[in-house]
Amino acid sequence: MTGRYRTTSEGETRKVAAACGAELRRGDVVALYGDLGTGKTQFVKGLCEAFGVSENVSSPTFVLLHRYRGRDRSGRELFIHHLDLYRVGSPEEVLDLGYEELFFGDGLVVVEWAERLGPLLPPRRIDVHLTAGVGENDREIIIERVITATQGARVGR
Amino acid sequence: MTVLGIETSCDETSAAVLRDGSLLSNVTATQLVHAKFGGVVPELASRAHVRMITPVVQDALAKAGVSPEGIDTIAAVYGPGLIGSILVGLSFGKAMAIGLGVPFVGVNHIEAHLVSNFIEEPRPDFPFVSLTVSGGHTQLVLVTGPLEYILLGETRDDAAGEAFDKAAKMLGIGYPGGPVIDKLARDGSPDAIQFPRPYLDEDGYEFSFSGLKTSLLYYLRKHQLTEERLQREPRLLADLCASFQAAIVDVLVQKLFTAAGRHGATSIAVAGGVAANSALRRRLEFESAKRKLRLFIPRFEYCTDNGAMIAMAGYLKAQKGMYSDLELPAVPNLRIGSTP
Repeated sequence: MTGRYRTTSEGETRKVAAACGAELRRGDVVALYGDLGTGKTQFVKGLCEAFGVSENVSSPTFVLLHRYRGRDRSGRELFIHHLDLYRVGSPEEVLDLGYEELFFGDGLVVVEWAERLGPLLPPRRIDVHLTAGVGENDREIIIERVITATQGARVGR
Repeated sequence: MTVLGIETSCDETSAAVLRDGSLLSNVTATQLVHAKFGGVVPELASRAHVRMITPVVQDALAKAGVSPEGIDTIAAVYGPGLIGSILVGLSFGKAMAIGLGVPFVGVNHIEAHLVSNFIEEPRPDFPFVSLTVSGGHTQLVLVTGPLEYILLGETRDDAAGEAFDKAAKMLGIGYPGGPVIDKLARDGSPDAIQFPRPYLDEDGYEFSFSGLKTSLLYYLRKHQLTEERLQREPRLLADLCASFQAAIVDVLVQKLFTAAGRHGATSIAVAGGVAANSALRRRLEFESAKRKLRLFIPRFEYCTDNGAMIAMAGYLKAQKGMYSDLELPAVPNLRIGSTP
């Protein structure tokens, strides 16, 4: 799953994501980083394919959170929480979205604009960096498993 | 039947009173605070709803000349939208229904947009094809009767309004993107830059605006058009706005009229905030006149999020006995066709 990939179409980006999705487990958090138009939503579409999601996977920029119903490898129901923090100004606002339930539940969490989580970014996660290449459809995707020391951060009001 | 409708799915706090299908009042408080922050800020949104909900509902009742005891059904939106915002109106509506001992109806925000053309006369004939376009939605729906419809297609990625917002962000011209681009586009040429028309050649009714966003990004990169440079070259900025807008309008219009033709609709209806876009309106007026179709676009206050459409949908559901359980949860990505 981890590694560096180059894709030349949205379809290829989805394939890389689907392969990544096949190795994910319940409770995993996938943090996506990349500018506008680098294929973050396409990557989530691919991940969802790996879990047999039949619903339309679209950008949650406006509503911040989408939830899709999929199945894990044993056929058990699994929820994929698709967050998009593009409009979020500070990490505290994520608490309002039900942070604890989402990030410490038994579903899968995929976060676009993950850097906006700040100290709420879980120490154990899968980081996915998407960058645009020279050609209009060229993308570089770097996937890595990350374990950082717990910061003991306090975020609150 | 007197229905109170409550809408808090995004950044508008709105309430309306409707009696036997006729609107008595509609009060909307928009959270202008968002313009300052360049978008809808969720925490601010839900907190502002908490502050606004009581005065807005009181105002709607006062303007209608109806006391709380005069209300016999309460309708509130339960999705789709921002979870924190939905919860405010939904909980308020349920609590008021319990307090007054009247039935409660949960309303799907998209379904409410579909009936927004029934708030005022004249009303479209069934079947009609409806295009709902806003910051969060881009959907084409065949409406065959009151609350009877078939989803023909929707966006696979970004909504049309979202595409406008993100383009405005890339161009450094502010929020909300739709109105700003609309205004600047008036001085530009829609043919100056050829942006792609995604899915225009395909047979289906699905939309995709993500690729268009990417091609704007590459255009800006390729020609080294920074925000500063665009500010110095208003002509170029206007051309970019007009050309980008034309690509969106072309796709929306083409699919809408194809659907109307195939389904034998005599009316077409448009709802959602993007319906205010002047280029889209001009094209819709031109194309519908050419095809002898009746075009329905609600007044602006009923195009954007409003309590009146929630009250109307609530009224139609109540007439069919479609009341909701008080356990009804808020559903941020509620679809149409889904049952509560």
